[in-house]
Amino acid sequence: MKPRRIKHGLLAILLAFSLPVLANEPASEPANAPKVALPNAEDPIIEQRMVNLAEDLRCLVCQNESLAGSHAELAEDLRREIRGQMKSGKSDKEVIEYLTTRYGDFVLYRPPFKPVTWLLWLGPALFLAIGAGAWYATLRRRRAAQSIPVDEKKLAAAAQLLEEK
Amino acid sequence: MKRWLPLVLFVVLVGFFAKGLFLNPREVPSPFIGRTAPAFTLPLVGNANASFSPADMKGKVWMLNVWAPWCVSCRQEHGFLMQLAQSGAIPIVGLNWKDKDREAAQLLAQTGSPYVAVPEDLDGKVGIDYGVTGTPETYLIDQAGIVRLKHVGPIDAEAWKSKFEPKLKELGA
Amino acid sequence: MIPELGHFALIVALLLALTQAILPLYGAQRGNLTLMAVARPAAQGQFVFVALAFACLAYAFLTNDFSVENVARNSFSQLPEVYRLTATWGSHEGSMLLWVLILGFWSTAVSVFSRHLPEDMAARVIGIMGLISTGFLAFLLTTSNPFERLLPAAMDGNDMNPLLQDWGMIIHPPMLYMGYVGFAVAFAFAIAALLSGKMDVAWARWSRPWTTVAWAFLTLGIMLGSWWAYRELGWGGWWFWDPTENASFMPWLAGTALIHSLAVTEKRGAFKAWTVLLALIAFSLSLLGTFLVRSGVLSSVHAFATDPARGAFILGFLAVVIGGSLVLYAWRAPKMITGSGFTWFSRESLLLANNVILMAALGSVLLGTLYPLFMDAVGQNKISVGPPYFNAVFVPVMAPALFLMAIGPLARWKEASLPDVVTRLKWALGVALAIGLLLPLTLGGFKPWASLGFFLAAWIALSVLAGFVDRLKHGQGGLLQKLATLPRGFWGMQLAHFGMAVGVAGIAVVANFQTERDVRMEVNSYAELAGYTFTFRGTTEHDGPNYRAARGTLEVSQNGKLVATLHPEKRIYNAGGMAMTEADIHPNIYRDIYVAMGEQLDDRGAWAVRLFYKPFINWLWFGAVFMVAGGFLAASDKRYRIALRRSDVPKNLAAQGA
Repeated sequence: MKPRRIKHGLLAILLAFSLPVLANEPASEPANAPKVALPNAEDPIIEQRMVNLAEDLRCLVCQNESLAGSHAELAEDLRREIRGQMKSGKSDKEVIEYLTTRYGDFVLYRPPFKPVTWLLWLGPALFLAIGAGAWYATLRRRRAAQSIPVDEKKLAAAAQLLEEK
Repeated sequence: MKRWLPLVLFVVLVGFFAKGLFLNPREVPSPFIGRTAPAFTLPLVGNANASFSPADMKGKVWMLNVWAPWCVSCRQEHGFLMQLAQSGAIPIVGLNWKDKDREAAQLLAQTGSPYVAVPEDLDGKVGIDYGVTGTPETYLIDQAGIVRLKHVGPIDAEAWKSKFEPKLKELGA
Repeated sequence: MIPELGHFALIVALLLALTQAILPLYGAQRGNLTLMAVARPAAQGQFVFVALAFACLAYAFLTNDFSVENVARNSFSQLPEVYRLTATWGSHEGSMLLWVLILGFWSTAVSVFSRHLPEDMAARVIGIMGLISTGFLAFLLTTSNPFERLLPAAMDGNDMNPLLQDWGMIIHPPMLYMGYVGFAVAFAFAIAALLSGKMDVAWARWSRPWTTVAWAFLTLGIMLGSWWAYRELGWGGWWFWDPTENASFMPWLAGTALIHSLAVTEKRGAFKAWTVLLALIAFSLSLLGTFLVRSGVLSSVHAFATDPARGAFILGFLAVVIGGSLVLYAWRAPKMITGSGFTWFSRESLLLANNVILMAALGSVLLGTLYPLFMDAVGQNKISVGPPYFNAVFVPVMAPALFLMAIGPLARWKEASLPDVVTRLKWALGVALAIGLLLPLTLGGFKPWASLGFFLAAWIALSVLAGFVDRLKHGQGGLLQKLATLPRGFWGMQLAHFGMAVGVAGIAVVANFQTERDVRMEVNSYAELAGYTFTFRGTTEHDGPNYRAARGTLEVSQNGKLVATLHPEKRIYNAGGMAMTEADIHPNIYRDIYVAMGEQLDDRGAWAVRLFYKPFINWLWFGAVFMVAGGFLAASDKRYRIALRRSDVPKNLAAQGA
């Protein structure tokens, strides 16, 4: 009996000593250590510039999405290319020229202002002008139709009739 | 007379629509027609020591066929390209586009190659320089290195006869 | 068996449509009551058979009958039942059948609610609609048969495009078509007026409620489409000026002009020829839209599988219907006597200005949509016309109309007093200007377009208030009593205009003050946007009925308090392997918080996530709903319903006036 009690006692002492050691072991990272998420892009400023430009460009593969939003591989390649050019200091105009040299004006969602697109860009103002003209002409006609002189005698007779009632 | 105006405008519109039925709004036109084919130097598939450049073909009328091993439509035109190559009508250079898994050499060994040279454009940069939007696309380039024609999609006998042959005759090839 | 039954029903419907068209129109021309009386039963019969055909197609989809080619191409056995039903109208053939079904519905509605019309007018209106039904049924049966068999039957279908697997698909096409196709009624009334040579104030009163209801449905349909795109496409946009979107917007612009022009014709007998022309234009634009989307002439994300042969048929049909109606217009329009006069400043002149501006806006959208085609057709280099053009052009053109919108309702007919209106609106102008200048500053900085938007929205809203004040000044009784006696037409107008103000305000805020961030989020990382903190808790595997998904969890908190837990998904659909991102949104009246998953970045669960802050975006949808409600309210005005009760006009007497 005595040896067992000694064994237990030794075990207890051993445990007592090891507990602080266990406690001092570096704990695994707390479950919810907050970490700030980094922007997906390497350079947010260039990225914003690229996205702003790419929103006005057409994806040539899907054709009905902007270059900014499209998931097509060619779109990603072109976005990468634009980023690279912007990083090396090219201006927006230069990037646009780079793309139109290779893909034509078709890649621009904002049509350039050239003689062949004058009608397109000036059309709306033209429509408003024509409309304003039509509005004016209609009103002049209606005013003329309006100013048929009222027969004073008939007006007086009518007033009398009303009073009699 | 302005009561006829709506009808007149409508008739004009219908005319445009009728023409439009024969056009393809999705086809991206090439701004390279009549311009010099962009220069490049690329290593060949399976032989990094050798390279190809458009200047190598000066003096000849030739075709630059942009293709990829993963492209299904390219397999469709492969048979016709083999015929062309065997007939010796025109030399064809096959630009291997964005072949990340490097499958070109193996594929050509299996199916046979219609190409006189196969430069590899792994990252697609040369493709962008040529305004490539997908595969297959084929450029017809003349003796002076000027792009004369761009064909989007697989080439078949029909396209060859209607588009390429007339141009070739023009160029005296 | 069932598909064949459906096919047969379509053939019967075509014969009934022919009957509905030919006999009554001939009868109206000749004053033959018996022939005219064929119109109503023929229209109703036609509707029954088209409905039967539609039911057969729906049955084929619901029971996964892959021996029908349409089902094999557009459905999938694992597709949830509700989407198998909506796949009925997910294809070109199916949606054409829906078109014809809804046209049949409108024809039947007209046949029921037209007892107060003179018999010849009713016969003509129903007959014209019969002609249109005939054309479309012929188109369906000859080039676009939805019941085409696929033999041997496919093992399973090709699946529906994942973008369509949203409940927006359930409701957007039917509502849109109710509007689109509903303009056929206005069109038919216009043609009937031209054919009979009679066009009086009564005509405007009859056609106005039909037109307003169609307009309300179209507004609803467009709004649902926009809302669906916003929720489904994952990039937070809600209008892209895509050719198909424009194809629905142009009839809307024409329809808006039409309901305003009809007001003048009804109240003052003026603008008759112009109103008739507008009715022809509105429906022509609906038909044009149908052509553009199905012919392959324009490239669009909405376009159905294109086929030049079908395009040629529709173009031919368009040429006959629109061309014919415009010939009739050119021939008969001068016979319409011009109405009474009015002065420079009057409700008529302001409504005329409204029409002019709406037509200029319509022209601009049409020009931008068709310009690439024009360029290509004349052999010029192809160009693209996209949102930058439309946004640059549309807002300046529409702004004057929005400004006048506040003044028109307060101006009297024939001759309004400018000083009077100025007095009523002085305070509104002042307050609106103040809001326009100051509000952007509180939201984050001065932006001129936002200022303009706020000014116009406040201006219109305050004018609506001024309109009530004005109306309530007269009459007896307490406030509530007076409000109750105001006609529904007035309530409808106020509500619709107010809805416009709400919508404009929403657009002004969201377009100018929305923010977004594209971040790489590792598990338990956080990002901040617009005062909110987004904490990413990783993804779990989640399987849907026909897809596998990675389901992300994002906790959104503000000032330490949890506001929402969002679960955006990245789905891979079983049938085609197509990947799609399904955003999750936390809405409230002031803003939407919108989160979409991008790509998985590494093996430890890091994802690229896009976070959006969309202030006041729901005001767009609310505004549209108010407009729709206003339209329905106005159409239910009692002056339209009284006419229904007056069935005491002897039918033969009315017919004699033919």
